[in-house]
Amino acid sequence: MSLAKKLSMAASGLVLIACATAAEAKDLLFWSTQARPVQEAQAMREGVLSGFDTPVDYQPNEDGPWLTRLKAELQAGKGTIDVLGALHGNFAAMSADDLMDLDDLGVSAQSTTFNTLAKLGTDKMQYLPWMQASYIMAASKQALPYLPEGADINALTYDQLIAWTANVEEATGEKKFGFPAGPKGLKHRFFQGYLYPSYTNGVVRTFASDAAVTAWEKFRELWSHTNPASTNFSFLQEQLLSGDAWIVFDHTSRLAQAFNDRPDDFVAFPAPAGPTGRGFMPVLAGLAIPKTAPDMEASKALVQYLMKPETQIATLKATNFFPVVDVALPDDLPPSVKAAGDAVAKMSGSADANPGLLPAGLGDMGGDFNRVYVDTFERIVLAGQDIRTVLDDQKKVLAGIMEKTGAPCWAPDAPSEGACPVE
Amino acid sequence: MNPRLLPYILILPVTLFLIVFFLYPFALVAQEAFTAGGGLSLQNFREVVGYWKFPISLRNTLLLAAAVVPVQLALALLMATMVNRMNRGRDLVLYVWTIPLGISDLAAGIIWLAIFEQSGFLNSMMGGLGLIDRPANFLSYQHPMIVFTAIALAEIWRATAIMLVILVAGIGLIPKEYYEAAEVFGASPWQRFVKITLPLLRPSLQTALILRVVLAFEIFAVVAALGGTIFPVLMGEIYAYQFDLLNGGAAAALALIVLAISIAFTLIILRVLRVPKGATI
Repeated sequence: MSLAKKLSMAASGLVLIACATAAEAKDLLFWSTQARPVQEAQAMREGVLSGFDTPVDYQPNEDGPWLTRLKAELQAGKGTIDVLGALHGNFAAMSADDLMDLDDLGVSAQSTTFNTLAKLGTDKMQYLPWMQASYIMAASKQALPYLPEGADINALTYDQLIAWTANVEEATGEKKFGFPAGPKGLKHRFFQGYLYPSYTNGVVRTFASDAAVTAWEKFRELWSHTNPASTNFSFLQEQLLSGDAWIVFDHTSRLAQAFNDRPDDFVAFPAPAGPTGRGFMPVLAGLAIPKTAPDMEASKALVQYLMKPETQIATLKATNFFPVVDVALPDDLPPSVKAAGDAVAKMSGSADANPGLLPAGLGDMGGDFNRVYVDTFERIVLAGQDIRTVLDDQKKVLAGIMEKTGAPCWAPDAPSEGACPVE
Repeated sequence: MNPRLLPYILILPVTLFLIVFFLYPFALVAQEAFTAGGGLSLQNFREVVGYWKFPISLRNTLLLAAAVVPVQLALALLMATMVNRMNRGRDLVLYVWTIPLGISDLAAGIIWLAIFEQSGFLNSMMGGLGLIDRPANFLSYQHPMIVFTAIALAEIWRATAIMLVILVAGIGLIPKEYYEAAEVFGASPWQRFVKITLPLLRPSLQTALILRVVLAFEIFAVVAALGGTIFPVLMGEIYAYQFDLLNGGAAAALALIVLAISIAFTLIILRVLRVPKGATI
């Protein structure tokens, strides 16, 4: 081959590469922590984002890498990320100065609570509520015959749940309650949004109260009928499908696959109630635009597109997260969406409902806040330490976090002047 | 070119690479570890050492290294001597034995998880043989010893090959004459191994051990897959500080502690397995 020929080939190769990069540069980069499982990410690309007039490169990531790249771009003052999608907690850990104010987009959530949360303590919308979910219970139909007498599956108490799991263990010889205590499991949300509100009518104020001791005693009882491998469970749909667990608690989108694969084998139902009501908490994901977005107009257009009612329904089908805007749900929804939607509706509509809010005002201490609850669980339940001692010990850590951040109380804790006190 | 300068010119690229991608980031990490609240402080170290899980994760990491490395060393020595004796199929066997090296450690952890899980291969095999009535739960917080053994097994399976490769190369360098002379004097195979192979293998043993011990302190993905949250190790804690708690200072401090432990063990190995001055093969 002559040198000239080689050179010309190299040149044409370069042109090709240049064209490819140029084409890529036009795609909008949607940098997200949500819809990470491969099927969900693909559904986002094909079912949701394909309808937008500019091609969108949807890139879901773990929280760590997500934040690392975003921080690097913000520090450099020059970025490639056009739109961010993440949970309320991810945004709460960021500085509001790094995000564009989104009030002028003319879209917002139906719920004023969500819109207030999205201001992150400022007076402007720092992110837009994008989609919501919650945590529910699910059970295999094989477990239903063992429900304690007189118990209504849609209005269970914690005592009935414990009796039910005990019945199942007695009948099958196996511990069949599944709890997301794995490394990626969302166990802290159960304590913050379900156990504590149901027993103490609070999360922070009542952390070390006598009622909290009762709550942990009850949880220990429930744990004695829990599959001990739960410390490896993070997505309970897997254990429902494999039969390792018959009765489970988890995030709606982490149960979806079970309902979609075998809709006739499982039921979804509300979380149980304790002495102070049926505690439950929402999951809120949002959309934001980083200050460094290369094409601000295109980013805003994409956010507006994602907030349209029909896009929100497509998102529901792709991710099992529910719309935050007012939409009429169509009839052709996947089984997981119907099951979860029903359970959440029954939970929030129940007479003893005690809805909690997401932790707010913790800034980048959100992880430390969660760790207090996870550590308490590991020490009391796994290591079998004395409940009172552990609570008094962890209380100091929790009080330190609240004082450092100055975060005021959120529901169901009674409002506070200044930092929420640990009583 | 001045022949005295040549070696320095040749190592220049590597030196530059190390300065840019190792020393400079290392300086940044050290700076982050010793900074808290805007000033020089040991606060980060106090925080990570004072956390109740620190002694547990330190103990777990050290125990795991103490259990895994000697077994790997013995296995690698055995495998290397076997390979060395083979005339036919030597390359094939070496390739097969080094396959686990090509698998990422998380994938290796997941492979072993598929074996030990409640609905895993081990359970279905034992069930099929009629040894158990119902699937047993091996990887639970109630059986820390089984979790430990499973992690150690996975590590041994995954990382013995790296020592094997180094030792095979080292054994190949030992001149045949020594063995022939030993045979003439009637040394048994065991005597030949202890008196010739081991002493002459010292430099390779040193390299292999340092590499393995340092890597053993960095164990992370296999533990994450098999142990979940019930078997905390130092690397897992670093990850948690950096990504769950977004506390870079504490993560950096813990990373420096791991570095200090690694350096300490490297020095010990260097000292114990030192090659006397002037000694050559």
